[in-house]
Amino acid sequence: MSDSKITFSRRNFIRTSSLASGGLLIGFNLFNSCKPNAKAPIDLADLDYKDFNAYIKIAENGAVTIFSPNPEIGQGVKTAMPMLIAEELDVAWSNVNVVQGDLDTVNFQRQVAGGSQSIRLGWEPLRQTGATARQMLVNAAAARWGVDASNCTTKDGIITNTKGETLGYGEVVAEAAALEVPENVSVKDPKDFTIIGTDAVNVDIDKIITGKPLFGLDYKAEGMVYAAVVRSPAFGKKLVSFDASEAKASGNVIDVIEFDNKIAVLAKDTWSAFKAKKTIKAEWKTDTELESTEDHDKILKELLQDKEAKVLREDGNVDKAFAEADKILERTYEAPFLPHNCMEPMNFYANVTADKIHLVGPIQTPQRTAAVIASNLGRKAEEVHLEMTRMGGGFGRRLYGDFAIEAATISNLAKKPIKVVYSREDDMTAGIYRPASKYKIKASIKDGEITGYHLREAAVNGNMYGLIPNFFPAGAIANYKVDAANYQSKITTGAWRAPYTNFLAFAEQSFFDELADELKLDRVQMRLDLLQKVKGTTDEEIQYSPERLENVIKLAVEKSNWGKTPDTIYQGFSAYYCHNSHVAEVADVEVVNGLPVVKKVTCVIDCGIVVNPIGAENQAQGGVVDGIGHAMYGDFAFNKGVPSSKNFDTYRLIRMKEAPMVETHFVENTLAPTGLGEPTLPPAGAAVANALKAVTGHRFTQQPFTKNPEHLRVQNKEIIG
Amino acid sequence: MPTYTIKINGKEQTVDVSEETPLLWVLRDQLDLVGTKFGCGIGQCGACTVHINGTAMRSCSTPISVIADKEITTIEGLSKNGLHPVQEAWKEVDVPQCGYCQAGQIMTASAFLAKNSSPSSEEIKNAMHGNICRCAAYNRIHKAVEVAATKLV
Repeated sequence: MSDSKITFSRRNFIRTSSLASGGLLIGFNLFNSCKPNAKAPIDLADLDYKDFNAYIKIAENGAVTIFSPNPEIGQGVKTAMPMLIAEELDVAWSNVNVVQGDLDTVNFQRQVAGGSQSIRLGWEPLRQTGATARQMLVNAAAARWGVDASNCTTKDGIITNTKGETLGYGEVVAEAAALEVPENVSVKDPKDFTIIGTDAVNVDIDKIITGKPLFGLDYKAEGMVYAAVVRSPAFGKKLVSFDASEAKASGNVIDVIEFDNKIAVLAKDTWSAFKAKKTIKAEWKTDTELESTEDHDKILKELLQDKEAKVLREDGNVDKAFAEADKILERTYEAPFLPHNCMEPMNFYANVTADKIHLVGPIQTPQRTAAVIASNLGRKAEEVHLEMTRMGGGFGRRLYGDFAIEAATISNLAKKPIKVVYSREDDMTAGIYRPASKYKIKASIKDGEITGYHLREAAVNGNMYGLIPNFFPAGAIANYKVDAANYQSKITTGAWRAPYTNFLAFAEQSFFDELADELKLDRVQMRLDLLQKVKGTTDEEIQYSPERLENVIKLAVEKSNWGKTPDTIYQGFSAYYCHNSHVAEVADVEVVNGLPVVKKVTCVIDCGIVVNPIGAENQAQGGVVDGIGHAMYGDFAFNKGVPSSKNFDTYRLIRMKEAPMVETHFVENTLAPTGLGEPTLPPAGAAVANALKAVTGHRFTQQPFTKNPEHLRVQNKEIIG
Repeated sequence: MPTYTIKINGKEQTVDVSEETPLLWVLRDQLDLVGTKFGCGIGQCGACTVHINGTAMRSCSTPISVIADKEITTIEGLSKNGLHPVQEAWKEVDVPQCGYCQAGQIMTASAFLAKNSSPSSEEIKNAMHGNICRCAAYNRIHKAVEVAATKLV
């Protein structure tokens, strides 16, 4: 069951970290910080990794620098991951200086921002790193005192022996670094945590609120020029020829370069590059069939009806259950493509020279991107030095290194340090979109029981992956089948915050409300009854814990006053498991000026131990509002390969007045942390749709809900009063 | 190209750019004031908000040619050491997730509170509605504006 799956065994940890770091867990680098009062240098190039890994650095003056290994996209790991190390190192959080680590495949593991996995997978190794460093410092102090290390205690970077003598970490760091690295150092009992579970404000807060350079777009280097790129106006077109004479005549334009079916305009500044780009007259020919959303709709609907599809999970005999049913309920749910729309448009710096490839910018997958660039340019991976900047949002878009690859290609051709900058129009029209998808869900009812369940997915380019078919309600219904089909499109698609589940949860949690109504059961009770059937399952593939899902559902009932609110509040319920976390949400909709308005969402989350409560609340609230925003307004289509929107004048994102108040409640437990960047998003759409059903009488099966505004009218005129 | 002398954060600066160049790109590329962010380029998202004579304006849609004689304040010049009540409130409430839109949010909030130091919740929502936060940290933004208002009294 899931509880054991989310706990790392110590044995596994030692083995993986030994393999990844050549047998050493932890060390200190002293080469540039051994003078009293020395400031810990923050340039990783100054560090020598020969013998040590790269997480912690302690100067002789006691200053502690912790390198945060993973990319920061707004999910808070640059604050939370170092907290794990600092907790076990036993230093005061206020004395810790956090620095973003560069890509370093030798010393760091899994430098990826994706799948809500940074804290879950870092939980054991990062604490172990801190604990091991602490033990080495204690061992050094004990040796100097001639006492037993087990009689020494630590607090806030100070080691104390039984006689009350003290030594600061900085005073023994030189000796500690020379010691053998101890193995099997134990970590703290959660009840002894002093940093984990306390509020730590975003480590970059001062830079953010004063506008210091922090993001990829802010990065500048000597001699750098700006590149704006002309791309195909439609998916499926090929560049035939172009006239850049007007662009080249502009004083600020340096070069115009054709590459990979695109044209790069290099200029001295961003505005000149953007302006000159618009003067390029390019001729494009249609290379392949130009696709439109209406074609996709037709094809996906056909795929939903096909007899066969790829079976992802099958229990019992669904066909038999449907054949014997008293009643069959069937619904289809439809979702459009979505662009990510990170506030910071895609950009990347590259300087490809004979001796190295220097890359700087916002990227969720630095290792993979560096490897692709090295391979494309016929260079060795070791020649790439990649620095990660803080990212103005990711949401999955920066998992794909296309913009960094463009930068490296252009720099290589131009023989100059360049920065590719996307305009918003480039960003929205050269996307790697959330694929359009449709779900058909069918349930059979016999003698008042749900006897069969069949979910068919039809999606563009890919299908739900990995373990998703084993999420709730898998295991709860005896005859159960999930199958999937896809249509291969030229339109580029990829991961978008909570891939697949961002819409699958909407479909299923909307369907359960319909099922409950059909069965004349209480909507929440029906979900709880289904969970009872999963308890004690021996099915190793079932991912969620029925107990933990039941718990968040019950807490959400309590915290939201479910069913006990005044008549003017219409509630919708939804609960979902994904990214190893269990979440239940209740949306409260009220009628304002004759229109339904989502006023409040109660969100209960079980993500194990909460590392940084103030950051966790922010993530949870953001996920809910993001989920509601895209369910309500997010619409994106193609007409003969041309995207329907290019900027925020025609693409609607949720704004302040539409955002409900989100009340979050985290389940207190001592279980290892699980995902948080994504899991509160998937249930939000259905919570709202289920509430909207109550107030408008309309069952929303298609996103965005505003597609047909007439459905958002309030059904009962008396309500408007 | 024409030369423009503009007053930014109390300091006169001379730049040599074409007349339609948006203030945003003058700030970012010519003057190294990169705190003002590029989001959409058409005045829809608010990431590029600065104060022009104390009013919150979109620098992406303000050509350099129209701002002579005007006082411009950017996030870098809002206060010394980040101690403007709005900046302090943003830190206290821990508003940012990715942080990219926050300079624009802070500039909008500070111009708004300068004119209305005890706003209602509705007034805060109206004032901040033009600034998109893609991370959707709207609850925190709202709270921080309330907290900032108490610091201004």
